[in-house]
Amino acid sequence: MALLKSLAAREDDLSKPANQLKFLSNGIFKEGGLPFFKDKIAQTGNFPLKPKKLEILQLNLGYMCNQVCSHCHVDAGPDRKEIMTIETMQQCLEVIKNTGAHTLDLTGGAPEMNPNFRWFVEEASKAGIKDFIVRSNLTIILANKKYHDLPQFFKKHKVHVASSLPYYKREKTDKQRGSGVFDKSIKALQMLNDVGYAQEGTGLKLDLVYNPSGAFLPTNQAELEQDFKVALKEDFNIDFNSLFAITNLPISRFLEYLIASENYEDYMYSLVEAYNPAAVENVMCTNTISISWDGWLYDCDFNQMLGLKVDSKVQHISDYNEDLLNNRNIIISQHCYGCTAGAGSSCQGAVAE
Amino acid sequence: MSKPYYDPADLRKFGNITEWSEELGTKFFDYYGKVFEEGALSAREKSLIALAVSHVVQCPYCIDAYTKDGLQRGIAKEEMMEAVHVGAAIKSGATLVHGVQMMNKYEKLSM
Repeated sequence: MALLKSLAAREDDLSKPANQLKFLSNGIFKEGGLPFFKDKIAQTGNFPLKPKKLEILQLNLGYMCNQVCSHCHVDAGPDRKEIMTIETMQQCLEVIKNTGAHTLDLTGGAPEMNPNFRWFVEEASKAGIKDFIVRSNLTIILANKKYHDLPQFFKKHKVHVASSLPYYKREKTDKQRGSGVFDKSIKALQMLNDVGYAQEGTGLKLDLVYNPSGAFLPTNQAELEQDFKVALKEDFNIDFNSLFAITNLPISRFLEYLIASENYEDYMYSLVEAYNPAAVENVMCTNTISISWDGWLYDCDFNQMLGLKVDSKVQHISDYNEDLLNNRNIIISQHCYGCTAGAGSSCQGAVAE
Repeated sequence: MSKPYYDPADLRKFGNITEWSEELGTKFFDYYGKVFEEGALSAREKSLIALAVSHVVQCPYCIDAYTKDGLQRGIAKEEMMEAVHVGAAIKSGATLVHGVQMMNKYEKLSM
């Protein structure tokens, strides 16, 4: 069931990254049942993991969200007050103007809840970034009158919208994301379609993000996309472009769920069994820099939530230097198995055949 | 507490059967893998057949495995339960069709 409060607000032990990292290094890994991620990738000569060409800058505009999804790796919710300030946004804009990355990816929380969100999108869209993504949870569009025109705003700035929808039926979606989320999400998708998103000739992209609502991995992304396309078209006349299938990583609230439901061990075995060396080659931390609400730099959004700053002289947006960052070693732990299982997983979905 | 005959964790060790008979074990797993590949039937259809058969042969490991497989493929619980009913219908049909044999024998023995 969807939760009412974040781990942070409940002062749960798992709200502290150090406790999560400790948990992920003990038990089945320490006792030798499963190999440490470091040893696994060393078998194919991938340790230390090094970045390739930087392609994506992912900015977390804050952990505040109107939803409290039971699987959220950010531990986001209405009770989270961490919000990117306009000063940090200005530092980010300087970086965006000079970066070699072709994609800018705004996430949260609900990034739209940042009071300077619209200003930032307007400024950032002038920088000539090829692909400008906003990760929208959809329900925010209907949460308050002031957000109702977001579809038009996104359209105006040619924003590429990536939206979470765990299933094309009500029950599973509401279980993971909260009661009523499915109906609101459907309405929001229709509003996006109405202004031209995922409609031929508009160039306005609307992608859906699928992540399993439980202790299992996603399978074939293309098949899931087809199922979603048929069901959403037939039942709600909704169009979208692509479906990204994302594996839930065993951190934060999803880790809490795995432990509470006694699925943790089986889940970790599933991830390790599905380990795919080809996915390691394209794992997203090799082409992404993740920037937190307070300007710190991370290899990915998951490392951000685990408090694992980049292993580099440059650790903050105020000192940003792409060349120096590209020489770093990527920080890994057992949660990384989530990105290398099966066809692999990234914020852009599968990464390997 | 007594140890149950079936331990869910044993499913992870299935591959170990190859250790005591490498050739046969390997042939079996190669065959198994091939069977479940996309073919004239889709992998999704095969998953539902496997789920139904798992119930009919009452294999707890197989039920665990193909329930999870179905979830991963986005198969709805209504589809899964209908598949189980198909298996159950065939099994009960197989029992009941023997009723004809009973009837035949009854008639033959009766004056």
